[in-house]
Amino acid sequence: MSLQLDFPAVLERWPHFLAGAALTLELAAFSTVCGAVLGTLAAVGRGAHNSLIAGACKIYVEAIRNTPLLVQIFLVYFGLASLGLKFSAFTVAVAALTINVGAYTAEIMRAGFEAIPRGQIEAAEGLALSRLQIYWHIILLPAIERVYPALTSQFVLLMLASSVCSQISAEELTAVANYIQSDTYRAFETYIIVAVLYIILSLVMRAGFWGLGLVLFPRRRRLGTPL
Amino acid sequence: MGGHLNINHLMFLGQGALWTIGLSVIALIGGGIVGFAIALARISPLKSVRIASAVYVQLIQGTPLLVILFLGYFGLAAIGLKVSSLTAAGASLTLYVAAYLGEIWRGCIQSVPKPQWEAAEGLALSRIQRMMKVILPQAIRIATPPTVGFMVQIVKNTSLASVVGFVELMRSGQIVNNSLFEPFAIYAIIAVTYFAMCYPLSLFSQKLERRMGRGRSNLAPA
Repeated sequence: MSLQLDFPAVLERWPHFLAGAALTLELAAFSTVCGAVLGTLAAVGRGAHNSLIAGACKIYVEAIRNTPLLVQIFLVYFGLASLGLKFSAFTVAVAALTINVGAYTAEIMRAGFEAIPRGQIEAAEGLALSRLQIYWHIILLPAIERVYPALTSQFVLLMLASSVCSQISAEELTAVANYIQSDTYRAFETYIIVAVLYIILSLVMRAGFWGLGLVLFPRRRRLGTPL
Repeated sequence: MGGHLNINHLMFLGQGALWTIGLSVIALIGGGIVGFAIALARISPLKSVRIASAVYVQLIQGTPLLVILFLGYFGLAAIGLKVSSLTAAGASLTLYVAAYLGEIWRGCIQSVPKPQWEAAEGLALSRIQRMMKVILPQAIRIATPPTVGFMVQIVKNTSLASVVGFVELMRSGQIVNNSLFEPFAIYAIIAVTYFAMCYPLSLFSQKLERRMGRGRSNLAPA
């Protein structure tokens, strides 16, 4: 048992680590925004009267939630390639992560929609709001407000899960680590540093979402509900 | 380019699927034991124990499983232990699952209604008696649906053990693909196999949740 750690040898690659962390955040940001939109649409679709749309949305959500992200990434990667389409690893990674987080977002949003009291929608109809207005003011915004904590922890999980994109050689943080450890033979030190960086990233994201929640949902702040 | 998918390839994939189940069971049992300790530590009367367990959970939940797997794989080697990829993957998944199950179960223990805790105290039960005879039997009922739901996550997450060379379903798919080079078809088969393992668990978890919902609404005070 002899454990000798040599952090300086690895830490001198800090520009690479920072670039990887930046790309991880970029991946997370793009797929969070796209996934939130896709997931909301899928949640709306599941409640559609058209059973074809509702069924398709249900299949999408269940298929994604019951298969590993790693398999999904490979399917998107090779699926696009077999269609003869060439994209960068970054684009493929964003697409796969979007499809993945969209399914989880859809489930969370659906719970939010179901929690809207029926009476509020009837009241809005009574006030002669248009369908669009009802959807936006009475259903969508209050639903987001209600499920905001669940959504944000899902997005932090997405950032962590983006590490899997290293397997299709998107140059994010874990891929950088794989590269540095094979170059320096200092695997343990490298992954400790990367773990610390991920923890910092997730703390930063949580703080960011918390702050955003305070700005977006002043009512929630007044009520004192935890974000 | 080694010809077409044949029965041998499918047998190999089937073997990988069995290892996926095996690794999931190891992770569930190992993570369950450690996770139970974490759940109790999180509500310990000792502040230092509470803080230590909370830090553990935060650290693990802030790190991707992939990095934990690499840390387990290279870390055990770095302290001079020669371990198989099964041991490394099993140990890493245990640590990972423990943090999440610990948090789920802590929530379940704490959601046992307050009067139950007070009544147990009023009957002069010791702390251990109160836990074993009053709180845990009720907490287990509450904990069953989310635990079954989390088993889906465990099965899916074992796919990452492929990166440290453990030949489970995903890795066996990659190996078959290396000889056939039909990635889309092979990964589609892999995806369907994972779905066949996970979806029954998802449905079961939903069913348990609905049954619980009924039971709880009956218990709700008027």
